[in-house]
Amino acid sequence: MQPFGPILSRALGVAALGLALVVPDIARAQQAPAADTLGAVRSRGTLVCGVNTGLAGFGQPDAQGVWRGFDVDYCRAFATALFGDPNRVRFVPTTAQARFPALQSGEVDVLARNTTWTLSRDTSLGFDFTGINFYDGQGFMVKANLGVRSARELDGATICVQPGTTTEQNLADWARAHNINFRPVVIERLEEVVGAYLAGRCDAYTTDVSGLAATRSAQQRPDDHMILPDVISKEPLGPLVRQGDPRFADLMRWVHFLLVAAEEFGITQANVEQAAQQDQRPEVQRMLGRTGDLGRMLGVENDWAVKVIRAVGNYGEIFQRNLAPLGLQRGHNALWTEGGLQYAPPFR
Amino acid sequence: MSQSSTDPRLLRAPPKRRLRLSWRDERVRGIVWQVLVVGVIGAIVWWLWSNTVHNLEVRRIATGFGFLSREAGLPIAESLIEYSPTDTYFRALLVGLLNTLKVAVVGIVLATILGTLIGIARLSRNWLLAKLAGIYVEVIRDLPLLLQLLFWYVVLQNLPGPRQALTPVEGIYLSNRGLKLPALVWEAAHGWALLAFLAGIVGTWLYRRWARARQMQDGQPRRVWPVALLLMAGLPVAVWWALGAPWVVDWPVLRGFNFRGGTTITPEYFALLLGLVLYTAGFIAEIVRAGILAVPQGQWEAAEALGLRPAQVLNRVVLPQALRVIVPPMTSQYLNLTKNSSLAVAIGYQDIVSIANTTLNQTGQAIEGIAIIMLVYLTISLSISLFMNWYNARIALVER
Repeated sequence: MQPFGPILSRALGVAALGLALVVPDIARAQQAPAADTLGAVRSRGTLVCGVNTGLAGFGQPDAQGVWRGFDVDYCRAFATALFGDPNRVRFVPTTAQARFPALQSGEVDVLARNTTWTLSRDTSLGFDFTGINFYDGQGFMVKANLGVRSARELDGATICVQPGTTTEQNLADWARAHNINFRPVVIERLEEVVGAYLAGRCDAYTTDVSGLAATRSAQQRPDDHMILPDVISKEPLGPLVRQGDPRFADLMRWVHFLLVAAEEFGITQANVEQAAQQDQRPEVQRMLGRTGDLGRMLGVENDWAVKVIRAVGNYGEIFQRNLAPLGLQRGHNALWTEGGLQYAPPFR
Repeated sequence: MSQSSTDPRLLRAPPKRRLRLSWRDERVRGIVWQVLVVGVIGAIVWWLWSNTVHNLEVRRIATGFGFLSREAGLPIAESLIEYSPTDTYFRALLVGLLNTLKVAVVGIVLATILGTLIGIARLSRNWLLAKLAGIYVEVIRDLPLLLQLLFWYVVLQNLPGPRQALTPVEGIYLSNRGLKLPALVWEAAHGWALLAFLAGIVGTWLYRRWARARQMQDGQPRRVWPVALLLMAGLPVAVWWALGAPWVVDWPVLRGFNFRGGTTITPEYFALLLGLVLYTAGFIAEIVRAGILAVPQGQWEAAEALGLRPAQVLNRVVLPQALRVIVPPMTSQYLNLTKNSSLAVAIGYQDIVSIANTTLNQTGQAIEGIAIIMLVYLTISLSISLFMNWYNARIALVER
């Protein structure tokens, strides 16, 4: 089944998109209509979340087949906000190329799949990005024994890259700007592009630094590979939804802000119940639904925040659980109070 | 027969039928049904079209083919024409189309040759050869093509790296970066020599026609091969010689990460070609075998009894009869090979499907992207069909 994955999933994605666009009546009966994603998800009773096909730390099934990862925890947080239950979510693995048709067609409700926010994706693809949950940048990984210490030394190299990504375009831009000639090897499926790099088909493998760290940590001897210090692009990653239902997009957006704000206020999986009863800070009381009706304004239960944090923890805990084991530092993803970029607007 | 003897009744015009507006009138019924069917089809097309447009609008997805003139920004590993990431999506798609044609055309030629050899081998009186050909056909036909492609790709990836490349002959390097061959530095003289070669082919064909026509008159068979050799080999060499005989070879040299210079057959292209050729050859072998077996034994015996040499038996008696059985299913195999080349995406060869997919992913215009892929395959397939049907009609036995 494995090798048929990329072709089959893309074919299905595109077919579903075609069907959804061409035959709206059938589409309405089966999946979310363009206008009312929130209503459709509610009546279905589960959230369908597009995730990576298998990227350690971001989205990958574990030995028991349970999905784990940073993006996966975001999906569970969304499901908890909607239904109060982190298990009412179905994960759909998508390749880099299949992910956008999957979201456009309504095959998935939300895409949490380390996807870079760009202008054209926000506009002509018909999506809304709901925030930046991971500030990333593109880098290169090479075999340690290659003797390369900087990306500038890659002139003449063969570089493995996945198609349909910003990575592919950044690589071309960067090579042009620095007058570097390279030969691309473009393979869609993550396992196969990494396999080509490991087999020595390419001198270097390029993707977001987080993805490189994930791949490197998954190897038997991670020290045989090194991530070059050069970061050649900005890759703000975040969840995205179809345009057309601002209420659904708002909810997704504020789930992210909730996770960040909870870390800022020191509210964790362990102490959230207690904080909901006893915390005296007015903003925390509003956020956790003890006073005011912020939850209802978002169209969910007023104690949504307590349930979400109890289910997945705050932003820092999600990062610690999934990404720290890969050796990733908080860096830009530290809270603004600690010199990072993660910042949540006020809960008011 | 002269005009006067024609039966006058045959010359009389048929009675004019008046169009009656009645359900009982066959013509009225026919018109009504046809209008109805065309109307229903038209309505369905219109409904699909307007719904698609409406839904695209609701979802705020861009439409139209304007994206074709935008900068693509995607790197492409191999291309027959000049290409850089600053070129447009149109040019990127054109590169993809040429890559598809490159693998399909070479694949069809090689699969035909290999398949024919194996098909004949299976009929051989040599037990070992026949059995080996039989095993080849059964094994290759029974394994999924995608599996075979991935197998060959992994095999090619596990060749040694460029610094430990295999060197069967000096100047030829086989490594996991592909097969490196020395390349001839192209100069004007080579172009003229190529032109002379093409002219030689035309000349040979004309001579063969003339020789045939003469043989019909005087019964003297004339040998064609000396003329063919002279025109197709002698003439180009003479032209090349006259223009100064330039001969500069670009040898591949290992520098830095990889070889510089020379020409490369990439592992992606090679794996795809190998997979397609070996797979399709298995089917073609069976078609060839069926075609030859379809010629009755009596035809062989009769031809031999006439004193024809074995080559003449095959060329003049058996093949003309076998080909009419072989050609139609062969067309299907050629179409299969061409369409199967789209499995290239699995092993990273950038054919039209791969590039159109990336394009639709980056522009979000899936319907246009898929329409382009469909148009390309439809055009290629119809061209192959038309050519093969023409060829089939040409070689068909004229039965009286």
